[in-house]
Amino acid sequence: MARTLDSTTAGTPRARRLRSSAGRQHHAGPLTYVLLGLAALVSLFPLYWNLVAASHTGERVVKAPAPLLPGPRLFDNLAFAWNQVDMGEALVNTTIVAGLVALSTVLFSTLAGFAFAKLPFKGRGALLALVVATMTIPPQLSVIPLYQIITDLGWVDQLQSVVLPSLVAAFGVFFMRQYLIEALPVELVEAARVDGAHSLRIIWHVVFPVARPAMAVLGMLVFVQAWNDFFWPFIALTPDGNPTLQVALAGLGAGNHTVDQAVVLTGALISTLPLLLVFAVLGKHIVGGITAGAVKN
Amino acid sequence: MATSVRATGGGSAPPAAQAPGSSAGPGTPRQRPPGRSGWRSTLYRLDLKAVPYVFVAPFFLTFAAFGLFPLIYTGWLSLHRVELGGSAQWKGLENYRSLATSEFFWNALANTFTIGVISTVPQLLMALGLAHLLNYKLRGRGFFRVAVLAPYATSIAAATLVFAQLFNTDYGLINTVLGWVGFEPVAWESSKWPAQIAISVIVTWRWTGYNALIYLAAMQAVPQDLYEAAALDGASRWRQFLSVTIPSIRPTILFTVIVSTIGATQLFGEPMLFGGSVGISGGSGNQFQTLSLLMYEKGWVTGALGQASAIAWVMLLLLLLIGGVQALISRSNHKRSQRNRSSGRSGRIRTKAGS
Repeated sequence: MARTLDSTTAGTPRARRLRSSAGRQHHAGPLTYVLLGLAALVSLFPLYWNLVAASHTGERVVKAPAPLLPGPRLFDNLAFAWNQVDMGEALVNTTIVAGLVALSTVLFSTLAGFAFAKLPFKGRGALLALVVATMTIPPQLSVIPLYQIITDLGWVDQLQSVVLPSLVAAFGVFFMRQYLIEALPVELVEAARVDGAHSLRIIWHVVFPVARPAMAVLGMLVFVQAWNDFFWPFIALTPDGNPTLQVALAGLGAGNHTVDQAVVLTGALISTLPLLLVFAVLGKHIVGGITAGAVKN
Repeated sequence: MATSVRATGGGSAPPAAQAPGSSAGPGTPRQRPPGRSGWRSTLYRLDLKAVPYVFVAPFFLTFAAFGLFPLIYTGWLSLHRVELGGSAQWKGLENYRSLATSEFFWNALANTFTIGVISTVPQLLMALGLAHLLNYKLRGRGFFRVAVLAPYATSIAAATLVFAQLFNTDYGLINTVLGWVGFEPVAWESSKWPAQIAISVIVTWRWTGYNALIYLAAMQAVPQDLYEAAALDGASRWRQFLSVTIPSIRPTILFTVIVSTIGATQLFGEPMLFGGSVGISGGSGNQFQTLSLLMYEKGWVTGALGQASAIAWVMLLLLLLIGGVQALISRSNHKRSQRNRSSGRSGRIRTKAGS
């Protein structure tokens, strides 16, 4: 677990020096554990309570004092949310959207990141600056024309209206560039060229194998982001049409289908659980990925 | 598809230069092999020259179609009176003028600002403290890191729906606990400041751990000998944190400030879902209506797309303004820290650690 962060800079002289001096790092006192325990409690309690609320009847959830221990209704609520309000369909839709967005973002970001990191071409610096600059444009600026476009195309409630605008992200391009600058020796690319490999072969046999760890991390981050995305899906999809989990949840929360808060929170649980499981299993890799992406900015 | 278009576009010069050579090629048999290798080397040069553009093309094509064009079109719309499905009517700056005199706009702007401040400032301060704690030698550090990151796995919708129950005035756990301590129940949704605080709590809950991990990574890149030198000079742990840690990770702090500011300016899902049936207007008295919510209400409830576009552009201008101010601050900080640098070595470390 502890090695995850170090591994992102492993090999550099600085990292080696850091590790050698790590023995002198301060040990945590009891107060540190108390405070961290408190932070963990605050972080995890709402998730726990979500489970508790999803296991009671709607009447029980809205009666003071609110329940603190799991009740008997979890599976009834799950079955109800699954069948009555199409959480199952929303789950499938979300998986499709997040999967496609993650795949295409990873693929295109790796190609562009490789070009920005290792291929000389005219306008490289300016184009890279443009990529970074686009990160600050709020999505609010494009939703009105996008909504008009998907209305004209008849794409309201169609998943492609959510997938297409997210095919590739500036963050991903930048992330892969930062990784490949250090991880891919330019000699490797040149040697492949001398051997007569064209660019596609180089991508397949040199870049992809080297970039695989970063591609996995980026894929996870983008998947989480696409899974949780709210603003544009909420506009492009309706709870009654072809919703993602977040849109379906918003419909539940606004009382379109039901005001049974236990069912609403069961929906929230269904939308959160898959990602929480992924985090529980791959947590340290995701932690490493977030820190790797951020520290080099 | 895009590949072939880009390839010819990017490498138009080499084929043109090749044309005379290849027409001369078939003249004598001896010239044919060089001709063929010339063709191959052209292909090779084309591969070298055009491929970088092919590789970056998907990003720029996607951005042009779904980012740049809508951005400009929104600007054009903001100068018109438009309704969904209707034709546009030139209005000049009228939409902006009516925003300037609209109390809803100023209310939303103020709410966006106050919610932004009370969610971003505590969030980043707590993240700094949390990162500092996580930076100690710890048992179970993997658990703590994943635990504080867990809220990041939760969506805006799920988190807000859970917190809306916890903050419920009549039966919510938070008022119950406050009751134990002897406080009167707080009307978390219907009064202005409690509602804004509740929304800020949701934002803070989701993002503190994420920012803490970013800080932690930056802190681990701070060379240990800087702390040793400070300790030799008699600096306490707190003093070391202020004088070594904070300055060393300043670029990372600036990065998180910018990202959080952008996020706070666009706040939409939390206030909308927290408000339940009156979420879109940001509560019954618009007490927590943000700019994004107002834009949505204008565009999709009222149907005034021109006015909604004007709000969107005001948001961009605001972000540019904030970005400009932050750039100025960071530049003056940078200059000051350059003046303060005692040696070239520590300067090199500082830039490496952060950027």
